[in-house]
Amino acid sequence: MGKRSAALVGFTEWAPERKWKNPMFSLEACAQLAAEALEDAGIEKGAVDGLVTGSLQESPLFAPLALAEYLKIRTNFSELVDIGGASSAGMIWRAAAAIEIGLCDTVLVLVPSTPPPMESGGEREKMIMPPYLMGDAWGSPQGQYDIPYGLVAAAPSFAMVATRYMDQYGVMPEQLAKIAVDERNSALKNPKAIFKDKPISIDDVLSSPMVSDPVHLLEMVMPCFGGGAVVLTNAERAKTTKHRPVFLSGYGESISHKTVSYMEDLSVTPAKPAADKAFGMAGLERSDIDLCSFYDCFTITVLATLEDAGFVKKGQGGRFVEEHDLSFAGDFPLNTHGGQLGMGQGGSAGGLSHVIDAITQLQGRAEDRQLAKADKAYVTGVGGLMASNVGLVMEGA
Amino acid sequence: MRVEQPFAENGRPIPRRTPTSAPYFDAARDGRLSLQKCPRDGFFFYPRNRCPDCLQDDWSWQDVSGRGTVYSYTVDRVGLDPTQRERLPLVVALVELDEGPRLTTNIVGCAADAVTIGMPVEVTFEDLGQETLIHFRPQSQPQSKPQS
Repeated sequence: MGKRSAALVGFTEWAPERKWKNPMFSLEACAQLAAEALEDAGIEKGAVDGLVTGSLQESPLFAPLALAEYLKIRTNFSELVDIGGASSAGMIWRAAAAIEIGLCDTVLVLVPSTPPPMESGGEREKMIMPPYLMGDAWGSPQGQYDIPYGLVAAAPSFAMVATRYMDQYGVMPEQLAKIAVDERNSALKNPKAIFKDKPISIDDVLSSPMVSDPVHLLEMVMPCFGGGAVVLTNAERAKTTKHRPVFLSGYGESISHKTVSYMEDLSVTPAKPAADKAFGMAGLERSDIDLCSFYDCFTITVLATLEDAGFVKKGQGGRFVEEHDLSFAGDFPLNTHGGQLGMGQGGSAGGLSHVIDAITQLQGRAEDRQLAKADKAYVTGVGGLMASNVGLVMEGA
Repeated sequence: MRVEQPFAENGRPIPRRTPTSAPYFDAARDGRLSLQKCPRDGFFFYPRNRCPDCLQDDWSWQDVSGRGTVYSYTVDRVGLDPTQRERLPLVVALVELDEGPRLTTNIVGCAADAVTIGMPVEVTFEDLGQETLIHFRPQSQPQSKPQS
């Protein structure tokens, strides 16, 4: 048995939206998220002595300090995590580790992703900003060796991984497309999903516009605003919370690069070392897992994770996807919330949606998409340009 | 968010050289592809103040053959960078040089749909005024021995 000293005990998640009805600053969003997540857990604010977040728009420096001050919480542990889309999953294990070593008792993981209010009379800037992900600062390798060649945003990077995968292992476009279709089938049962009313077929995916070969529009996430929060606490306090505590029994993280250009082998992702570490810590086998929730910025990310995290033999992911139903109703439930592909990517909170999918299932709160058996889950985060990978093994108490 | 990337007169993004990378861009302006070579670990890319393998600084600049193969590629069909929209379809590729290192580039001189993994390519340069970009095109003649 793995670690059983830190538990995820409550959460809140805002439905991703293209246009946010109630604009607010990051600190304001954090306050609302904190109130909702603590209410869900049944924990008093006074118990919180740890804060973990990402960068905050209106406090580009000293974000954890600004957060402690705004929420009026005296912390024994605070952290800013900056590993791209894997940040949310990375926040979860850092919070758990701080609890395990006794630095703190109860941690709020806060991931706001709302647009700030407009000044009165002001208009939102309509200027089109090139998507350089702030890699264009002077001295940044990206600005010198990648951006001038059109390697920007995320699509061409993941597309080059897909090109290589298809060439090396004969993965078919239909197989990648089916991942988006199965996730959409779960999204249809998630009231928070942006695509909850729109079923799709493999033909729909393959006939959607080609964005960056071989990636079609319906194989990419819809960028949205959103927000989410999770409360973690020690095993003792977890007994007093409202829902079934979910222990984080193993975790791993692996990073070797930021930009795909410098990835050693494009068809071997850092999902492998992260998963090996996480399962080793938990003392579990892949076959023990009831539910997978994998970071899904693109369909190829899910396929590569299935293989590299050790659920499917290398090179057989395409066939596996074809032969199994990945929806909540299927024989290999994966991203039962619809994934980011089906739910929309609520900004940086998109990566928290997989964590929350697993907690929701393990706490038996998934309603129409609840799995019959949901005791053990494996969750991943992927960040950068197919770069950082975080793996989390979760077990219901 | 502020954009720091410099742009050529035609609106295309260009590299902003640093003291460390200047010899790389100077060589490109002369029509040469020049990389740093560590006496222990061989060629590395991109330019750094120290070899990324051993972290020593006794490397030297050496010209390479400019030949290699396409390691992977994609075709941008929509202009993910709006400043590159006039170049569509734009082939973004990783080329593995015969000397080992891999670099990000564009494949030019052939139809976008003609590019394949493993395709032999050779370096070609595009002068954008302030800086020169390093592209690759299909090899025009059979593979010969690298000059160095």
